[in-house]
Amino acid sequence: MTAITLANGEVRLARIALVGPPNSGKTTLFNTLTGGRQKTGNYPGVTVERKSGRLRTPVGHTVELLDLPGSYSLRARSPDEAITRDVVLGRQAREALPDAVVCVTDATNLSQHLRLLLELRQLGRPLILALNMMDIAQKRGCQISIEALSQQLGIPVVSTVAMHKNGVQDLLGQIDTLLSQIPAASRAAVIDAWVEPSPEAIRAYHREVERLLREAVIQEGTPERLTRRLDQILLHPVVGPLILLGLLFLMFQAVFNWAAAPMDWIDGGMASLQQWLSAHMTESLLKSLVIDGLIAGVGGVVIFLPQILILFLFILLLEDFGYMARAAFLMDRLMSAVGLNGRAFIPLLSSFACAIPGIMAARTIAHPLDRLTTILIAPLMTCSARLPVYVLLISAFIPNTTVWGGIGLQGLVMFGLYATGIVGALVVAGVLRLTLLRGNRQPLLMELPSYKWPNPANVLLGLLERARIFMRRIGTIILSVMVVLWFLASFPSAPQGATEPAIYYSFAGMIGHGLQPLLAPIGFNWQIAIALVPGLAAREVAVAALGTVYALSGDEGAVSDALATTLAHDWTLATALALLAWYVFAPQCLATLAAARRETNSWRWPTFMFVYLMILAYLAAFITYRLALALGGG
Amino acid sequence: MNTYGERNPQAFASGQAVGSCFTQPLGQMRRGSVGRILAVSGGASDRDVERGLLEMGFVEGARVEVLHHGFLGQDPLAVRINQTMTIALRRCEANAVLVGPLHESAMDAKPELTLEYASS
Repeated sequence: MTAITLANGEVRLARIALVGPPNSGKTTLFNTLTGGRQKTGNYPGVTVERKSGRLRTPVGHTVELLDLPGSYSLRARSPDEAITRDVVLGRQAREALPDAVVCVTDATNLSQHLRLLLELRQLGRPLILALNMMDIAQKRGCQISIEALSQQLGIPVVSTVAMHKNGVQDLLGQIDTLLSQIPAASRAAVIDAWVEPSPEAIRAYHREVERLLREAVIQEGTPERLTRRLDQILLHPVVGPLILLGLLFLMFQAVFNWAAAPMDWIDGGMASLQQWLSAHMTESLLKSLVIDGLIAGVGGVVIFLPQILILFLFILLLEDFGYMARAAFLMDRLMSAVGLNGRAFIPLLSSFACAIPGIMAARTIAHPLDRLTTILIAPLMTCSARLPVYVLLISAFIPNTTVWGGIGLQGLVMFGLYATGIVGALVVAGVLRLTLLRGNRQPLLMELPSYKWPNPANVLLGLLERARIFMRRIGTIILSVMVVLWFLASFPSAPQGATEPAIYYSFAGMIGHGLQPLLAPIGFNWQIAIALVPGLAAREVAVAALGTVYALSGDEGAVSDALATTLAHDWTLATALALLAWYVFAPQCLATLAAARRETNSWRWPTFMFVYLMILAYLAAFITYRLALALGGG
Repeated sequence: MNTYGERNPQAFASGQAVGSCFTQPLGQMRRGSVGRILAVSGGASDRDVERGLLEMGFVEGARVEVLHHGFLGQDPLAVRINQTMTIALRRCEANAVLVGPLHESAMDAKPELTLEYASS
């Protein structure tokens, strides 16, 4: 038997929600319980991630397990926490009230974590308390009587060690016991009786937690020392910021150096595929589409997967290690100077990988104005999709020499581009908070979790998810844009006796020529103009588009030539620098605009975002081009 | 053992240390100093700050220790609560938490003996 039968005769899978404060090890527990059988989606209307998975209990029930966003209290302070509250109360659209809730708590921090459990118990629904990280608690000499706690609370209590598969057996057993009782109990569709706890109610919960712990804790553990010692270095007023800066620099150097080898493999693979196909396919339109459109275009984007994965590897490791909150702590004062919250640091850092997860991560910021400002400046953080453009232009125009003892000039220019984006973002945020988004400064109240070794399985699952999202974009948006672009670049074909390359006469050529007068003041030629149009759909497509444009417009040799070499011949340094400056601010991809629309629930802010970025990009490119010309870069 | 409830509402309203020189807002505490929370209040107008502080563990009777300050303007603060959880907060919100000496009986004793400084 896999499903449960309800009292009204309905047969379906049991639904259990996993609830817990941040840093309770909830996600690790979820991963251990469900393994690879996970699904991620979104809740309708908001971009809060909906993570669910399936697990099989010892008796044989199949259970749908829902991983709800971490929350300190049912009094939700952010859109993320609101989802947790609404699901638990059965108020979330298209999400039935869970049959039972498993409340995950950190056994080493029960005095803070049990309060959420008490709030949940108040709802009177089937509930299990999981004391997670029991192994760590025991190592510190802490002894908790599970029986006493269970008796006092009147609900099942189990200890779990989320890192280990056999650390969850008790929990699975309790889920079975609970499921056998559910059919009678599970009727309510919505819980109406809930009200936000008042300050007095929270104080009462605190008192109750203290009483419970007096009953159940046999031996208090010794406080953790390692985190304190590490923090003395990592949060040191002088050393701390230097370490943060060093980490960021290391991250960007790694993105370039470590990714080089796998990128060469992908490049080589794509080239041999292209050769094999051109040898084995007969001359036709299809051959042109496959080789010049699909492989040249998509291949030019797939190549950046290693860099994106390395960037996310850093972010996931630092997050799992517990460093991200420290980075936010160190950055708070600096960011509050432009009206932002230290918490905005994490979404903004994620935006270096991609603005979309960054914009989504902004939902952990409770205050609407803080959140909106963070969303609006997120695209100024140089996302990995801009890397292709930077890498291409830097390798074509910046000599690969070292300056100042071992630091590569190319890496330094890259660092400068990132820095320009960051400074630009801070200025824009400051201006926004003084004009359109004026309002009170919001409090920062943020837990600095204990350091722990990153869990390899968590990091791996996170990386796979990123790779999947990237490849899906390649398979959908980018692929279709490449086909459209190939069509635009191939039709109509050149007239008899044409003197210019074929693309000159195509639709793409016409659009490029149409835009050129507008872009001439900033030094862009018609090839760039053509590439910028699909670049709006997804930034990295611009490189692929340039590849297509030059592959189709050059002679046979140009196809096999590296695009960088072609560009180095065709463009002036001033044009290349102007394009780099353009891309620091360039209007984001359509997917980012769509994410901003979902998060802000209107087209107003994405439109504003598009316009202000376009203006900034044009100005930056104009200034750079004129300056470079004046300095002899023409 | 621990006392809950607002022990000294007047101290709060005036924003002054009342009764003894070692009762002070959390935001004024030096790095490394330890104390026990006497009262939490965001003021009558802002109960959300009060609730936020309470939910993060700043409750009357809890032991607090100021571990770190930010590198600019000594803001924000990192505060250890009950030796289990560390919270980052800004000086401005920290001032809504009134802290007294760690040991109850020390209220009447000499101030310099009651404030425990973590030297490590």
